[in-house]
Amino acid sequence: MTSVTETPGLAMSRINPGAIIRWTILFIGGVLMVTPLLYMFSTSLKTPGQIYDLRLIPAEPTLANYIEVLREGDFMRWFINSSIVAVVVTLSNLFFDSLVGYTLAKFKFRGRRFVFIAILSTLMIPTEMLVIPWYLMSAQFGWLDTYWGIMFPGMTTAFGTFLMKQFFETVPDDFLEAARIDGMNEFTIWWKIAMPLVTPALSALAIFTFLGNWTAFFWPLIVTTSKELYTLPIGLTSFAVEQAIRWEMIMTGAALATIPTLVIFLVLQRFIVRGVMLAGLKG
Amino acid sequence: MATISLKNLTKVYGKAEVIHGIDLDIADGEFVVFVGPSGCGKSTTLRMIAGLEAVSGGEIRIGDRVVNELDPKSRNIAMVFQNYAIYPHMTVRENIAIGLYTQNLDKEEKARRVENAAQILGLTDFADRRPAALSGGQRQRVAMGRAMVRDPAAFLFDEPLSNLDAQLRAQMRIEIKALHQRLGSTIAYVTHDQVEAMTMADRIVVMKDGHILQQGRPMDIYANPVDVFTARFIGTPSMNIIPSGLAGGPAAGDGGRPVLLGVRPQDLHVGQAAAAGGLTLAGPVTAVEPLGPETLVHFRVGEETVIGTAPATQIPEVGSEVSARAEDAQLHRFDAETEKALESR
Ligand SMILES: Nc1ncnc2c1ncn2[C@@H]1O[C@H](COP(=O)(O)OP(=O)(O)OP(=O)(O)O)[C@@H](O)[C@H]1O
Ligand SMILES: [Mg+2]
Repeated sequence: MTSVTETPGLAMSRINPGAIIRWTILFIGGVLMVTPLLYMFSTSLKTPGQIYDLRLIPAEPTLANYIEVLREGDFMRWFINSSIVAVVVTLSNLFFDSLVGYTLAKFKFRGRRFVFIAILSTLMIPTEMLVIPWYLMSAQFGWLDTYWGIMFPGMTTAFGTFLMKQFFETVPDDFLEAARIDGMNEFTIWWKIAMPLVTPALSALAIFTFLGNWTAFFWPLIVTTSKELYTLPIGLTSFAVEQAIRWEMIMTGAALATIPTLVIFLVLQRFIVRGVMLAGLKG
Repeated sequence: MATISLKNLTKVYGKAEVIHGIDLDIADGEFVVFVGPSGCGKSTTLRMIAGLEAVSGGEIRIGDRVVNELDPKSRNIAMVFQNYAIYPHMTVRENIAIGLYTQNLDKEEKARRVENAAQILGLTDFADRRPAALSGGQRQRVAMGRAMVRDPAAFLFDEPLSNLDAQLRAQMRIEIKALHQRLGSTIAYVTHDQVEAMTMADRIVVMKDGHILQQGRPMDIYANPVDVFTARFIGTPSMNIIPSGLAGGPAAGDGGRPVLLGVRPQDLHVGQAAAAGGLTLAGPVTAVEPLGPETLVHFRVGEETVIGTAPATQIPEVGSEVSARAEDAQLHRFDAETEKALESR
């Protein structure tokens, strides 16, 4: 008997119109996001003759493209270039953005608000406007066509500084004061106490910065001229320029290029969800 | 260990002076407890001693050094915070070892001291855990361990027990007291729990609005509060304060000024008939709180609610009339305008 009275309730909770709409929208969104990726992998497994055959599963899957991409041309070189640029810029952002963010969040000094607003306001200047000054500056200092030339505009970012400042503000002062009493100097307090407490923010910043630099196109295209210094996105487009548009090669390169971003994301994302900080306080 | 001495210490935030010239000498090995209501400046005083807040005026000495301008680490003090502030990304052992951060000890000596502290505090079994896997009381002990390993000139505690439940608080009170006896350390301890003050202190310093109202041994303050505020603040339940006229006595004391009478609930015995001398109060019961060994009886006298004590076996009905009596020797008299005690006994 009880099951009779329960059924309507259960049914009601299952057929929740809001949930259906939500899930449908999410599902469509998911399909839209995944489809290009699937086609990328699919195309990378096709022979040149098959690429306009839009079947998702290639008729005759082949790894020939991969072998060619990896063996010929400068693919490995570009891959390494991109890795160097993305890793160095990411580490630099993790270090300097948090150093500045921490200072803005935890020290009271004259002009602090002004500095913060000045940093924030640079967020409103579009990259396209900055490219010319960057270029002129690079030309003047001889940075054109160098690693440093590719990297310098992104070594610190206003966004990263802002993000880290907001996170450091949530670190209770008690931790820092306890460390002061324990005898650490201010730099050690930042490095040994404050930084470990904001690992979620650091992970998020690392992912954003790495992805942003890994996929960066506009500035590296402008600042590099020699093929040996191309980053992956620039290199991949050169497949299109030199030998007509070789879609299967571009897709193969792109497929290989996604691997590091996947790895970075999988390694770092679990730190994002871990809220470690409050464990040192209260009961 | 060392003495701490404050001379005319002041603290100004912006334009507001929150500490108005405090003088205090803490002896070597003394356990001094600062009590007072929220916002009276206890934490500020302690933080100035620690070096976490700049001194606006006056002088702080630790041992024979003036430390006004020294940063916290050069003062060789240890502090335990209300929130514990143990580092969540380090294990218990690492947290305790941080207390030795500045000391140039070899590895074995460090490990030995940490082990020793962990053992005294009963943390040995948790030494490799992180704070997230500890209870509140264990976290509190880790914070104490970090303070203890160092052998500091003085310990500063800022409401270290206020986040614990009542039972644990009672236990930790005893542990801290025992620790003090064992280490013979100079301790400045802030609380707004007067029970902690009474049970732990060698000397209580009662603060209000940035001043020291009174200081002395717990029982002296209990017996001879200098004013109505201290009288109410020390002792639970609070001392009853009633206008003398209401109590059937003369409305004014010497010099014709109105007088307030104070009597502790423990000294106001419900159910005793009126007799010559002393104080007799009567009125309808508004609430009873049977505590086991005795019963607290709230009853109205004129506009005031008064608390008296009845034996456990006699619990009056709410609404019934009771009378209660206190010996003359147990009465405190205060000037109604200044609220200062009129005579000390
Ligand atoms: N950073 C600050 N800026 C301005 N005023 C402050 C600051 N810190 C404390 N005060 C003021 O100083 C006074 C004393 O504060 P303090 O923290 O010492 O009180 P307390 O006795 O410790 O109170 P509690 O029992 O609530 O901890 C308060 O009136 C408070 O508002
Ligand atoms: Mg306080």
